[in-house]
Amino acid sequence: MMRKRTKYGRYALNVFAGFGLVYLFAPIFFIVAFSFNKPKGNFNIAWQSFTFDNWLHPFAEESLTRALWKSIEIAAVSTLISTILGSLIAVALSRYKFRGSGGINLFLVLPLTTPEIVLGSSLATLFLGQNFIDFGMTTIIIAHVMFQVSFVALTVRARIRGFDWTLEQAAQDLGATPLRTFMKVTFPLILPGILAAGLLAFALSIDDFIITFFNSGPVQTFPLQIYGASRVRIPPQINVLASMILFLSVAILMTGTIAGMRKSAEKQATAKKFKLLHRK
Amino acid sequence: MTAMVVRQNRIARNADRVGLGAMIVASICLVVLGTRLVSGPMVSVIVLTLILDLVGVLVLATRGGPEARRLLAPYGLLKPGMLWLALFFLAPVWSLIRISLSTKESRFSVNYDFNWAFQNYTKAFSDFGSQFQRAFLYAAIATVLTIAIGYPLAYVIAFRGGKYKNILLGLVVIPFFTSYLIRTIAWSTILADRGFVVRAMNAVGLGNVFEWLNIMENGKLLNTPTAVIGGLTYNFLPFMLLPIYVSLEKIDVNLVNAAGDLYSSATRAFRKVVLPLSIPGVFAGTLLTFIPAAGDFVNAQFLGNPNTTMIGNSIQDQFLKQNNYPVASAMAAVLMVSIATLVLMYTRIFGTEDLA
Repeated sequence: MMRKRTKYGRYALNVFAGFGLVYLFAPIFFIVAFSFNKPKGNFNIAWQSFTFDNWLHPFAEESLTRALWKSIEIAAVSTLISTILGSLIAVALSRYKFRGSGGINLFLVLPLTTPEIVLGSSLATLFLGQNFIDFGMTTIIIAHVMFQVSFVALTVRARIRGFDWTLEQAAQDLGATPLRTFMKVTFPLILPGILAAGLLAFALSIDDFIITFFNSGPVQTFPLQIYGASRVRIPPQINVLASMILFLSVAILMTGTIAGMRKSAEKQATAKKFKLLHRK
Repeated sequence: MTAMVVRQNRIARNADRVGLGAMIVASICLVVLGTRLVSGPMVSVIVLTLILDLVGVLVLATRGGPEARRLLAPYGLLKPGMLWLALFFLAPVWSLIRISLSTKESRFSVNYDFNWAFQNYTKAFSDFGSQFQRAFLYAAIATVLTIAIGYPLAYVIAFRGGKYKNILLGLVVIPFFTSYLIRTIAWSTILADRGFVVRAMNAVGLGNVFEWLNIMENGKLLNTPTAVIGGLTYNFLPFMLLPIYVSLEKIDVNLVNAAGDLYSSATRAFRKVVLPLSIPGVFAGTLLTFIPAAGDFVNAQFLGNPNTTMIGNSIQDQFLKQNNYPVASAMAAVLMVSIATLVLMYTRIFGTEDLA
């Protein structure tokens, strides 16, 4: 009797988790499905008929495409800056023991525990007080770097936590200059962590709405364009572009996972070989 | 001559104090310059201090020998990022508080006088008190719901995922690769009055039950508090699920087996072993969900009605539409301080070290 009940409990939990996944995917199915819709009028919200037109002309909405490119441009620049700044912080925090590191750790978490609307509006008050800076690309990039830095620093730090810094000493004992040590030993080893953090920062920047909304001035990024247009019209191209971004990210994610799997399989294989060698 | 060498050595040995001090001084200089706290000749004094500060550290690093360089290195690595945060995170908070205590010179003026205008705060509370309440209430309910949905899902993936673990985890994250706004707009269409969900509910007769439970209002789902809370729950679910998954994944299955060997029932093993070990994940997830949810205005705007606006809507409206910066800043400051207080209390009660 006891056994049976736990078994039913098991199924119930799995079914619940299945429903959870359906819930997560509900709007995604909707977005992808409606990218094949041929809407009547300005709003792509009621199903009419199936068409490939939207996918054949994904860039037909010129303002939308322009906004998307602007977002990519902003994300590229801000990611580059924030990845450099954040990685330097992460290396400092995990490589050295130093006075004040506790305070710096706390300070890094602060931007993450502040609501976006406070970050956005407070930065806007700073820019309002200056007369030599206009709202636009510069202010958006500054804002994005500001919230990306903490994310990058914490991600990179978590990724290089187990890094063996004595490798650097070994390299230097073998006669490498500090620069050469960094280029040949340290950098290649921490690069995966930096790349992962960079991807995260890029995704955060391209999707940011609230902070950008306060600091954009006349510039329209992709989310801002959708927000502005949503009251007047929702063209199916929004769904097409959103689906494209989705499929692209899934592709990147999958290559990452497969590469990771292959690597761990390789590691296991070498470990096996090593064990066999020692058994002999 | 020897006295000077001794002094130089002492500075070199305490290079870490110098490095930390220099970083703090430089940050303060930037905050002062950024918020335009000083004017006229004082500006050049501050700029000069900043330059001397940075040059001084450089001189110490080049002339202090390897030991001083090693002590200074972390501060050198930290400095660019920290100064960026000082100028574009600390200084803005300062200027936000300053503007929240200022009044406009006249209705159409762009200049503000700082005069300890606390009436901005009384206005923020009296006019927007219900928005504050709703923001915290909705965010709290949404946080509880994300735990209710996220925990079982994370549990199943972590303990029953087997070799599909990574794929399942990927499935959970994939929906959030589409834009936040597009997802929310999609929900507004799904929940629309003539949409699939509402029709299906009425067809099976659930409509009346939901009406009775106050989940639906007048046969509507869109533009109700339910929709707003549902949207918040959906959009912030991964922030809850991922930290819980990370903490569950770390648990050694042998511990659970050991509990079973010692004749503990499955529920008891869960309560006494798995749950306590996963609390840090729930803790981190709660912060990561509650904080953005309390400041959000997108869900309330697309899924709510004028009676479900949250404080984020009011700040946005006062700041960007009414150009009433003082009151908007006062509301933002109150939101910031109350969330900081809540976080502090929460860490005191459930205190864990690995927040980050």
